[in-house]
Amino acid sequence: MAAAVSLRDVHKRFGEVEVLKGVSFEVAPGEVVAIIGRSGSGKSTALRCVNRLETIQSGEIELCGRRVDDPALDLRALRRDVGMVFQSYNLFPHLTVAENITLAPRRVRRTPPAEARRIAEEVLTRVGLSDKIDAYPEQLSGGQQQRVAIARSLAMEPKVMLFDEVTSALDPHLTGEVLKVMETLAKGGMTMLVVTHEMAFARRVADRVIFMHTGKVWETGPGSMLADPQTPELKEFLANGL
Amino acid sequence: MGGFTLTHFLYLLQATGWTVVLTLLAFVLGCLAGFLVMLARTAQVRWVRGLSGLYVDVVQGTPLLIVLFLIYFGLALFGFELPAIVAAALSLMIYCSAFLGEIWRGCVQSVPRTQTEASECLGLSRWQTLRDVVLPQAMRIATPPTVGFLVQVLKNTSLASVVGFVELTRASQVINNSLFQPFLVFGIAGLLYFALCYPLSRLSRALERKLNGGRRQPA
Ligand SMILES: Nc1ncnc2c1ncn2[C@@H]1O[C@H](COP(=O)(O)OP(=O)(O)O)[C@@H](O)[C@H]1O
Ligand SMILES: [Mg+2]
Repeated sequence: MAAAVSLRDVHKRFGEVEVLKGVSFEVAPGEVVAIIGRSGSGKSTALRCVNRLETIQSGEIELCGRRVDDPALDLRALRRDVGMVFQSYNLFPHLTVAENITLAPRRVRRTPPAEARRIAEEVLTRVGLSDKIDAYPEQLSGGQQQRVAIARSLAMEPKVMLFDEVTSALDPHLTGEVLKVMETLAKGGMTMLVVTHEMAFARRVADRVIFMHTGKVWETGPGSMLADPQTPELKEFLANGL
Repeated sequence: MGGFTLTHFLYLLQATGWTVVLTLLAFVLGCLAGFLVMLARTAQVRWVRGLSGLYVDVVQGTPLLIVLFLIYFGLALFGFELPAIVAAALSLMIYCSAFLGEIWRGCVQSVPRTQTEASECLGLSRWQTLRDVVLPQAMRIATPPTVGFLVQVLKNTSLASVVGFVELTRASQVINNSLFQPFLVFGIAGLLYFALCYPLSRLSRALERKLNGGRRQPA
């Protein structure tokens, strides 16, 4: 089966600084791939290239059969296929939870309001927050906001979901509820590319782990590779944490 | 030297009405044009940003009176003899558009970039993102300085007196020319301006307090 996401020899520069130095990897449909690595190793950049928040200098990126690096790419079509959740939640503070979730279905897919509301109820149930539908983001805890952000993305029924350190801004006792939602998603067959510092999550939930180091894919393997690192860099990373 | 009578006062009140009319006209037109300036100042295309930046710099660096003379006397040379109120409204519109455009640009750009990214990741177009995500947030920040700026517009309508438009300042001159009681006449005019401006200033400050004390978004 064709890969849901594939990167081939991707190079990305910010000015003079090369941040991705020939990154290649694939994510199969339904697969959960965790990206780990030091801060600054290019994890976020790799993710942001996948949904064209960043453009690349050379290489190829494909998502659900669509060439992401094509300058003539239909951006909105791409983004119907791929959802993204950020470290800082990025909920719209002036809108209620329901409005945050229904905005895209109503604007992009022209879903009628009543139907959009039903979708909001449905995705909120999936993240365990159906009672917060009329709250404003500021009335929610960080963990709840992040679950709403996931629900908001789910409402557009993406084929692939990107997660960029979605629990890094959360208190430890709130990360669990978010990780649980992600694990449920993974079990439900969602294709996921997850940048994370949660090693336990990577080991348990991810089908495959990619260790990035200095803008390259340094080591890759099943979750069990974290118990048996092959390169000194991964060994050191796992020993020292972040 | 005659005395200041009720007739004079009513004349001043009527002129105050024209000051308000001119203010509103200038402000509404200025808001529309200012919105376009804001769009141009935040455009993707570089030369659009550059050109609108030049426009803002030129207008902000030119006395309003000069703009008014250019439009009233200058255009007349080319056969466009505009009525004084139209020339004044046009000049004030240009003045408003540059200042409001720049105030609003700041407000729009103060909405975190991550909000735009989140919206675009959901598939919203650039325009939908601006309308549904950025502008509502920018508008909350923009309201206090915009109302504050309205005070400047109101006071600057007095410049229209030099092209003969009878608003409050011109009317006081007319009365004073016959009464020669400058302290009384211009004092009353000043009070009338104050009565219009003060509530606006207070409103602007109250809005700002509410904004700073009220709901705040997380980063
Ligand atoms: N918009 C940008 N402009 C310039 N440099 C950037 C930008 N975004 C990221 N970088 C740089 O690219 C490198 C990789 O960043 P990032 O992908 O965020 O790493 P990670 O997510 O692994 O911490 C860092 O050195 C960072 O400073
Ligand atoms: Mg990062």
